[in-house]
Amino acid sequence: MSNARPLLSVRNLRTWLDAGDAVVRAVDGVSFEVHRGETFALVGESGCGKSMTALSIMRLLPDAGGIVGGSVELDGRDLLQLPESAMREVRGRRIGMIFQEPALSLNPVMTAGAQIAETLRRHTDLAGAALEERVQKLIEAVQIPDAARRRDEYPFQLSGGMKQRVMIAMALACDPELLIADEPTTAVDVTIQAQVLDLLRQLQRDRRMSMMLITHDLGVVAEMAHRVAVMYAGEIVETASREAFFARPAHPYSRRLFESLPTGAKRGAPLAAIPGTVPSLTRVFTGCRFADRCDSAWDLCHRVAPGWHGAGSGQMARCHLYAPGAKFKDDGGRMKAEVTTGDVGSHPSSFIPHPSVAATPLLAVRDLKVHFPVHKGLLRRVVAHVKAVDGVSLEIEAGRTLGLVGESGCGKTTVGKGILRLVEPTSGAVLFDGADLARLGRAELRPRRKDVQIIFQDPYASLNPRMRVMEALEEGMAALGIGAGREERQDRIDALLGDVGLARDLKFRYPHEFSGGQRQRVAIARALSVEPRLIICDEPTSALDVSVQAQILNLLKALQRKRGLAYLFITHNISVIEFLAHEVAVMYLGRIVERGSVEEVLAGPKHPYTRALLSAVPVMDPATKRNVIRLQGELPSPVSPPAGCHFHPRCPDAFARCREAYPDSARFTVSHSTACHLYAADAVKQKA
Amino acid sequence: MIAYITRRLLYAIPILVGVNVLTFALFFVVNSPDDMARVHLGVKRVTPEAIQKWKEERGYDKPLLYNGAAAGGGRFIDTIFYEKSVRLFAFDFGRSDQGRDIGYDISTRMWPSLAIAVPVFLMGLAAYLTFALLMAFFRATYVDFWGVVACVAMMSISGLFYIIGGQYLVGKLLSIVPISGYDGGADAFRFLALPVIIGVVSGIGANTRWYRTIFLEEINKDYVRTARAKGLSEPRVLFRHVLQNAMIPILTGVVAVIPLLFMGSLIAESFFGIPGLGSYTIDAINSQDFAVVRAMVFLGSVLYIIGLICTDISYTLVDPRVRFE
Amino acid sequence: MSFKLEILWTDALIYLLLVVVALLVRHVRRHEHLMAPWRKVARSASGMAAATVLAFFVVIGLADSVHYRPAVEVRDGKTIYAVEVLSVFDKLTTKLRTQKAKTYSAPLATHRYAKETIELPDGLQVRDYPRLTYGGAHLADPATEWGPDIARRCLYGIAGGALIWLVVATLLCVVLARWDPADTGRMWRALRRGETEIPWRAILLTLAVVLAVGGPLVALAANYHVFGTDKVGQDVFYQALKSVRTGLVIGTLTTLVMLPFALALGVMAGYFKGWVDDVIQYLYTTLSSIPGVLLIAAAVLMMQVWIETHPELFDTVLARADLRLLFLCVILGITSWTGLARLLRGEALKLREMEYIQAAHAFAVPHFRILTRHILPNVMHIVLIAIVMDFSGLVLAEAVLSYVGVGVDPSTISFGTMINSARLEMAREPIVWWSLTAAFTFMLLLVLSANLFADAVRDAFDPRIRVGRSFRLAAQKA
Repeated sequence: MSNARPLLSVRNLRTWLDAGDAVVRAVDGVSFEVHRGETFALVGESGCGKSMTALSIMRLLPDAGGIVGGSVELDGRDLLQLPESAMREVRGRRIGMIFQEPALSLNPVMTAGAQIAETLRRHTDLAGAALEERVQKLIEAVQIPDAARRRDEYPFQLSGGMKQRVMIAMALACDPELLIADEPTTAVDVTIQAQVLDLLRQLQRDRRMSMMLITHDLGVVAEMAHRVAVMYAGEIVETASREAFFARPAHPYSRRLFESLPTGAKRGAPLAAIPGTVPSLTRVFTGCRFADRCDSAWDLCHRVAPGWHGAGSGQMARCHLYAPGAKFKDDGGRMKAEVTTGDVGSHPSSFIPHPSVAATPLLAVRDLKVHFPVHKGLLRRVVAHVKAVDGVSLEIEAGRTLGLVGESGCGKTTVGKGILRLVEPTSGAVLFDGADLARLGRAELRPRRKDVQIIFQDPYASLNPRMRVMEALEEGMAALGIGAGREERQDRIDALLGDVGLARDLKFRYPHEFSGGQRQRVAIARALSVEPRLIICDEPTSALDVSVQAQILNLLKALQRKRGLAYLFITHNISVIEFLAHEVAVMYLGRIVERGSVEEVLAGPKHPYTRALLSAVPVMDPATKRNVIRLQGELPSPVSPPAGCHFHPRCPDAFARCREAYPDSARFTVSHSTACHLYAADAVKQKA
Repeated sequence: MIAYITRRLLYAIPILVGVNVLTFALFFVVNSPDDMARVHLGVKRVTPEAIQKWKEERGYDKPLLYNGAAAGGGRFIDTIFYEKSVRLFAFDFGRSDQGRDIGYDISTRMWPSLAIAVPVFLMGLAAYLTFALLMAFFRATYVDFWGVVACVAMMSISGLFYIIGGQYLVGKLLSIVPISGYDGGADAFRFLALPVIIGVVSGIGANTRWYRTIFLEEINKDYVRTARAKGLSEPRVLFRHVLQNAMIPILTGVVAVIPLLFMGSLIAESFFGIPGLGSYTIDAINSQDFAVVRAMVFLGSVLYIIGLICTDISYTLVDPRVRFE
Repeated sequence: MSFKLEILWTDALIYLLLVVVALLVRHVRRHEHLMAPWRKVARSASGMAAATVLAFFVVIGLADSVHYRPAVEVRDGKTIYAVEVLSVFDKLTTKLRTQKAKTYSAPLATHRYAKETIELPDGLQVRDYPRLTYGGAHLADPATEWGPDIARRCLYGIAGGALIWLVVATLLCVVLARWDPADTGRMWRALRRGETEIPWRAILLTLAVVLAVGGPLVALAANYHVFGTDKVGQDVFYQALKSVRTGLVIGTLTTLVMLPFALALGVMAGYFKGWVDDVIQYLYTTLSSIPGVLLIAAAVLMMQVWIETHPELFDTVLARADLRLLFLCVILGITSWTGLARLLRGEALKLREMEYIQAAHAFAVPHFRILTRHILPNVMHIVLIAIVMDFSGLVLAEAVLSYVGVGVDPSTISFGTMINSARLEMAREPIVWWSLTAAFTFMLLLVLSANLFADAVRDAFDPRIRVGRSFRLAAQKA
């Protein structure tokens, strides 16, 4: 980068939070620079202090937080020394900021236009028609269709993607020199994420603005950043240019992060998960903060905190490995990192071949429909239905994993709950072991409950905070009459905890004493306690950090091998499917649009939606120029899905017939099929 | 939205019926009219004739629910239930046990009640919101801390103390305004000043603290941080963003009580000798005038339900999420 | 002297409440995660200071809740018991109770409040302030001896209080030092600097204040009417102390009575939804649509009529007054359960969607078990907050209701009846102020400490309302 004075220069920033009975050193001596016109990415797992760093720069910390040291210079002026009134001139004008949750970050009772105008009114003299015009321009600049109408709408009327665009328009209203984007796409779907990232990149280029991008997603970093800093436990452990970082991550933590990402290429073996959990920031560190989880650590690492050392090509790492004269212990991790970054989803040969469909599936769902009535009017009559699931059929064989992929709102979670009768199916059949679970009465269903179990997304909501682990584990066994008596059940609980990698004496603990990953292990043990044959995994890792996700995925895989379990794995994360699933089904607006074996679908997607979905996933390797298929607009309402093919309004390949009739299924192989007119047998491609 | 309001209105009907049945049960089933007569005439040395006469004078001599002696619709109409309970729906309150026209009494006595209740309501709301906003502005400082302490202390003091103490201090020691009484016209101001001030002061503690909690809950939300990130000043953040959003929960409590202002305040009115509906109710309770109490219970419920409907309507004004539902 | 134990309805319920509390304490002590918020309460200085004051009120209230009838004579081998029911507290304050003046007298007075015609031994009649029968009767010449006597007794009282305080503080130091390996001296220093985990300093300070005020009061009460006497000459200090029990009964039993309904209906409405929810919502909307005071007034009026027309059911005046008190609690409970039920319904609606309850459904766990094992334990913090927050409101409500005439029985001594009978004297010249002052002061003390304690409980149990402490304050502490 240039040697000119950086736009933003953070020096030894320290921010503490008061957590009631302890002080959390959320940011503990962080230094970095953001140059003009560059995108600087701050990467790290949750709780590492990256958001607190951003809020400290803006001086927008919560009441319980305070900056206890360091400096934040914007163009040579220390923001931390400014009086509050001068700082307000900086906010919104020189530094704009967008936050993670667009749904919560907009004022619910003000229109989008009014909220954008507010920034302008604060920092410029614009008024009246000129102001209106400027707002209109901004809304157009962030590519919100139908800008004139959207301006007068309230946040709840806008979709998630549009809300985030309004946030961007607000932050950019006064042409700030620096834009801080705190996890700008974490709360939106992958196709929307691609749109928003595109927009940000384009705006940044056009306005020559600097951007500080905060994210946990290495894929986003690869697509956006010029320079990267990795944060761990309150401090930065590595800085590098994007090219150097992705080619050759230096710090052991960075390397292990890459290794713990699931990909198709790694499916033959367990993921290299980082053992343990992120240390609590209330404690005082003596040595390297990563030492306890690091496989290259030696005694020095536990005693002395490492300083900054160059690792070649401008790359810096806070690690003793790179100290001049240190015994450089290349354990191959570096090599591994290089290999794994290169081949994301591009080595179909590395897939393990699977035999084709067996005769009788364990679970067969036939034309499952789950409709929720919409009441309206004077008498609360049912005027419409939310067709959350609208005719889904799928099969799972014993011992195999079916991945159900789709974006939020497509109905994939409802499929899982419908199978378990946690929501009542409207019609259709759920055939398990010869019985139709959807038709059974409460009493008849009861003995069958033990065959199908479920693991949920949120590890914090999936365990009752008032029940010990052993009570949670015993509940299912007691209700379904498994295990002869208390004694036997206790023995089983001990064995289960061992199976999921938890110590036995943890059964006396309450959930609040566990980390997210440990809770998810308990939830898995609870599901296993009744010896099910099928487990519905509803996004079990999407609330977890990458390193913990790897642990859970390894565990699920090992359990499947050991017990011959079948999984219905519901997720929005393609790479998890790539790593774990045998078959995959892609859902869009309540229906499955494409299905097949993982290698068939992911390597040769047929449905335009599947193609767009796969292309929107950020790719780690900066060298790969992927061709992202941009989808128009957003997911339509499941109350009134578009006529014909549900996907046609957004489909780049749509033609006249797509608007008229829902396509039949077109079959490519025994397992691979898709519902698209493009592949109809009589397809006279009459593309309009 | 019209459908929404109509539905709320229709929902009020079964509730009013429920209230009506409940009050009927309470007044006529728990104790028979004979019991009431006995209490009124003195339990001892009361002749059956006197009881009969007392009942006849007040229309309590009919059967409760079903009059076998009457013909046709009269079987149901010529009963206590119809005469005393169902007629309330037409706002026909009948006569009090002392023989006065309750409807007339209510229509004349509600004005003095409103003369106190409306100023107390408006001034109080303004004062409590101001105090609460100030405390929210100075949150986590000593201003806020001592503000909360003062609120807790003030809400620990009995409402009776505010009235008695205020009356003693302002009326008796300082002799600024009369202690009690009421007069129409311009003179009313002199009589109303003290009860209004006391009404406002006695509510400071609980209300300010409640509003403060609501404000603080709003202040910790993400959109407030967004507003600050725009460079807005703290007062602007408070007034433009926090206040507007906090109004939604505040309205729940506030709008619902507006119709009940008609009922006046039981305690204040009787202490200050103001001839409103509050003191009317108290007098009725003390003289065990069941007809008046029954009428007031029904009136109160009607007003409460109107309040609920007003609350629903006011939501549509402040919350776009409800408006566009 | 023999006696016959007389358990009134409210007594029985108070005993029940004690048993419930004791069981809960045992349960909480066994579960660390249930203890955690209570530890937080124990760390709140204002909360613990308030608890100290409340403890005194509770002791008075409990002593006043053990009733008996003393034996008056033995006839034909049968013991005849007195008609009058007394409590342990009455026994302890026999002097206050029985040493009545004729009518009004000011606090600590030796003479009556108004002039009267007195017949002197020599037959002459003068209009003067007559001496009180008991108040200051031991003084030969009140004009000169009164001041020194008061001062002396005050000193005795303070000295006694100080002695008790020292004993308590020393014992505390010794016990604490044994608990946590430190010598008593160091413990004492830590205590004095307020460095202990539980704010013992605040507790001891509060205790000191209570004893410093209470000691002289007790010392003086033996020979004077500390707070004067009322119209019929009864000691106001005694009345104020007796009112404590009424306040406590109303504040606690009301909740005890309504809790099962609120809990069962609220949780069921939220959990089952559908028609169960509709019915329960209709029920509480109907009940809450009747303005509270009016519903209470109507119900109490009807109860009055019922009691008056059924005099044969009550054998003593106290039993009648007691039943009326209980009815008042029930009626207050009926009007106040709707708020809690609504809160619980909302919470249950949220909880039923929680994933651990979905998981329980996947195990075919029966509804009742889900309600008791999953929902109930997770709404208990709301119930607890509601109980402690309601208490002070109920004490205040009693005063207002008794004033309106729909409160406790006129023969029951309560803050409300004290205020009600005293307010008429406001118009007297010179003004009779002591009854009101005593009632308001005691009520303020009780309600304020209840409010402070409730705040500490709420802060500890409700994570939502916690207001961020200023960072500076926290950083200094760290």
